[in-house]
Amino acid sequence: MLDDDHPMTAETISAPPRAPRRPLFRRRSAIPGFGLTLGVTLTILSLIVLIPLSAVAIKAFSQSPAQFLAAAFSERAVAAYRLTFGAAFVAAVINGVFGVLTTWALVRYQFPGKAVVNALVDLPFALPTAVAGIALATLYAPNGWVGQYLTPLGIKAAYNPVGVTIALIFIGLPFVVRTLEPVMRDLSEDVEEAAASLGAGRFATIARIILPALGPAWLTGFALAFARGVGEYGSVIFIAGNMPYKSEIAPLLIIIQLEQFEYANAAGIALVMLGVSFLMLLVINAIQAWSRRFV
Amino acid sequence: MTISIRSVEKKFGRYPALNSVNLEIADGELVALLGPSGSGKTTLLRTIAGLEFPDAGQVLFEGQDVTFASAAARRVGFVFQQYALFKHMTVARNIAFGLDVRKGKDKPPKAEIARRVDELLKLVELEGLGKRYPSQLSGGQRQRVALSRALAVQPSVLLLDEPFGALDATVRKSLRKELRRVHDATGVTTIFVTHDQEEALELADRVAILNAGRIEQIGTPHEVHDNPATPFVCGFVGEANRFEGTVSGGRFTSGPVILPAPDAAGGAALAFVRPHDLVLDAEGFAAKVERVVIQGPLANVDASLPDGRRIEICAARDEAAKFSSDIRLSARRAHVFAA
Amino acid sequence: MAVATKADFRHPTDDPLWAKIVIIGLVLAFLGLVLILPLVAVFAEALRKGLGPALDAVATPDAWAAIKLTLITAGIAVPFNALFGLCAAWAIAKHDFPGKPLLITLIDLPFSVSPVVAGLIYVLVFGLQGWFGEHLIDHDIKIIFAVPGIVLATIFVTFPFIARELIPLMQEQGVSEEEAAVSMGASGLYTFWRVTAPNVRWGLLYGVLLCNARAMGEFGAVSVVSGHIRGLTNTMPLHVEILYNEYDFVSAFAVAALLCLLAIVTLVLKSVLEIAQPDVKRGGGH
Repeated sequence: MLDDDHPMTAETISAPPRAPRRPLFRRRSAIPGFGLTLGVTLTILSLIVLIPLSAVAIKAFSQSPAQFLAAAFSERAVAAYRLTFGAAFVAAVINGVFGVLTTWALVRYQFPGKAVVNALVDLPFALPTAVAGIALATLYAPNGWVGQYLTPLGIKAAYNPVGVTIALIFIGLPFVVRTLEPVMRDLSEDVEEAAASLGAGRFATIARIILPALGPAWLTGFALAFARGVGEYGSVIFIAGNMPYKSEIAPLLIIIQLEQFEYANAAGIALVMLGVSFLMLLVINAIQAWSRRFV
Repeated sequence: MTISIRSVEKKFGRYPALNSVNLEIADGELVALLGPSGSGKTTLLRTIAGLEFPDAGQVLFEGQDVTFASAAARRVGFVFQQYALFKHMTVARNIAFGLDVRKGKDKPPKAEIARRVDELLKLVELEGLGKRYPSQLSGGQRQRVALSRALAVQPSVLLLDEPFGALDATVRKSLRKELRRVHDATGVTTIFVTHDQEEALELADRVAILNAGRIEQIGTPHEVHDNPATPFVCGFVGEANRFEGTVSGGRFTSGPVILPAPDAAGGAALAFVRPHDLVLDAEGFAAKVERVVIQGPLANVDASLPDGRRIEICAARDEAAKFSSDIRLSARRAHVFAA
Repeated sequence: MAVATKADFRHPTDDPLWAKIVIIGLVLAFLGLVLILPLVAVFAEALRKGLGPALDAVATPDAWAAIKLTLITAGIAVPFNALFGLCAAWAIAKHDFPGKPLLITLIDLPFSVSPVVAGLIYVLVFGLQGWFGEHLIDHDIKIIFAVPGIVLATIFVTFPFIARELIPLMQEQGVSEEEAAVSMGASGLYTFWRVTAPNVRWGLLYGVLLCNARAMGEFGAVSVVSGHIRGLTNTMPLHVEILYNEYDFVSAFAVAALLCLLAIVTLVLKSVLEIAQPDVKRGGGH
């Protein structure tokens, strides 16, 4: 209790605290609003995401297993998966290489226009995919800005799997760069100095110290770029050519099935893609859990 | 404000943070909760504050059950470890916050709030800094702002979580005295958490020593230092040489070391001897001096027993010359506990 | 052994000059081909016949309708996701409860779902053959091939943007400021507005910026549920597609250029925020 002589205590505490009733549920936290906000979160999450997503599985399994397999793994669908996953993989690998170089240049070097380059790396996040699609198609078509120089070399960079890969490189780049960037920034220069003081050359330091330290982040970025590439639609369809069995991606096949009112077939293909998405999610979480061993 | 903690239990997951804790605090007392990290001292403080709620047991303020009352209803003033100042508000707004949030007739008029803020700034010697932002203050100044913010609501009890933990040694010392001065000026019942025994012993009227969610001992600084109730307290508060051995016939024996244990029951035992309780004695056990360090008026001596165990002795500086090489020692006093 | 001079000294964390030049050159060439050239191409194609035809293309009634629908969609989806993000972040970052990592993963889920699948799920729920299809027809409510479907699909694909921006930010800020406010008698809402909100406003703005860019630009999901009815259910990206498929390239690229401008403004604001408030940048890819 405050001392009565002290000027601050002109009003001493009048009402002693009231004895409260024991709350219905055990109080977990002194900060209010938990029940309300968690309730709203779970409700919206269920209504917008979880319940609608479950519709895919329910629809896909509304047919007999044989029908499901026939639809989800028809020759045309398998060709579409092969293209989708293959192109996404190749694009992620290319992004993996150039992503490391880009991040390294952005983190370690000073060069004119660096701020612009840094901002532009996020362009694929900000640019509508359809815009990217028509722009890439214009550039890489056989008579396009870049394509016209490739055609004489016998390279066809649009309306075939190469075109799909180019679009997915565009889409995936920022995932690799933005995942690597914080890790590369946090690499302590002490470690490099220590390696150098122990007699390691620059190349050995990079190969034995820096790249292994980037490993988990690189894998995460790779997996994120791959996962995004697998699902990508807007930037791909304009440059893909969309020839069944040749340059038709899985998301497009879903739309084609929908337009033919083959809802169950569409759901079957969607289920396969969702399965791959969840697998990627698990892989990414596993990589991140694994990488935490180092910290 | 008297505070009673009765059989309070609290678990985090499976980990028991508080294990049947009982504590009575008298009106106007300054009490330290002392213990190593993970001992439950902060959890106990937060339970008193109404920031955590116990799984079992009761918290009483002036005999009234406040176990599940909110922190605001209890009218506590809480000083957080990292101060938790509102970064986007000036010092004055920070201090006034607890008054600003009041509604209707409970809310003092603007001028009154401003007057109170000035008074508090003066109390903690920060006059003229009301318009600064927390980021423009030194660590010690932020701590004072946190203290005056907690005092602004005229709390029934002032609670401080490691109040000096984030400060460097010199600032720590001066703020320690400052807290004692503010406590004496306001007379508010005060409880603070610390892991620094020196801080607890110097500042508090009484010290409660916690270990693994239990209170090991409650007493004045003098009591806990001179009459530790448990081996933990003996080892945690003050320096001590620790020996494992046996008691028989009022004597504790551990190899060559023989210590007085007049009241101890026979059998395996643990003994603690304060460095300053070890004295030169031609009749005593042998030890070999390894190093003598003069620290102000004291001579700290590192020595080893014939079997290799190391001991520390603390003597007056004038005696330093006597610790040449081979010495014989005996203990004036030992704290012996059944093992 | 030759005597090393000052000119020979290179800090051990520094790369030789030739390596820097090669790496920067490679990076600029790659980014030029993949990022910069497409951006330039959009404006060049839009202005191929001069500024007049480009402006005319943007001024057609169908284009205006598309712009309006895009603004309406983003105007609903972004505030909705902002509210959701604040709710979720308050529950997750300021409280402890079991299953938290699972909840965060579920909130992130829409990022790993193909936009086409995002559209499909609403067709399966609200479409003609869907769960509520007949019920909706009986009551003359149109969701699929109408604006509500477009809004729903947009909400889905932008669902995690703001939440995943706010959750780590609020977690990092801890709970002690809120505890301090509450211990001094502030209510939950007062604490949120006066203590939490000022601390997260830049992060919120950052999330809103990214969410808005994606909401205005979403193509795949919206394409599935829109029905492509000109002047009614066409958003700007869908309008671009129609014009492009009709070989009206100047008009297609003119509308696309508008969207490019949106992207550029977003990137500029984002960079400004990152420089002024370095705290907002976290969370990695989207």
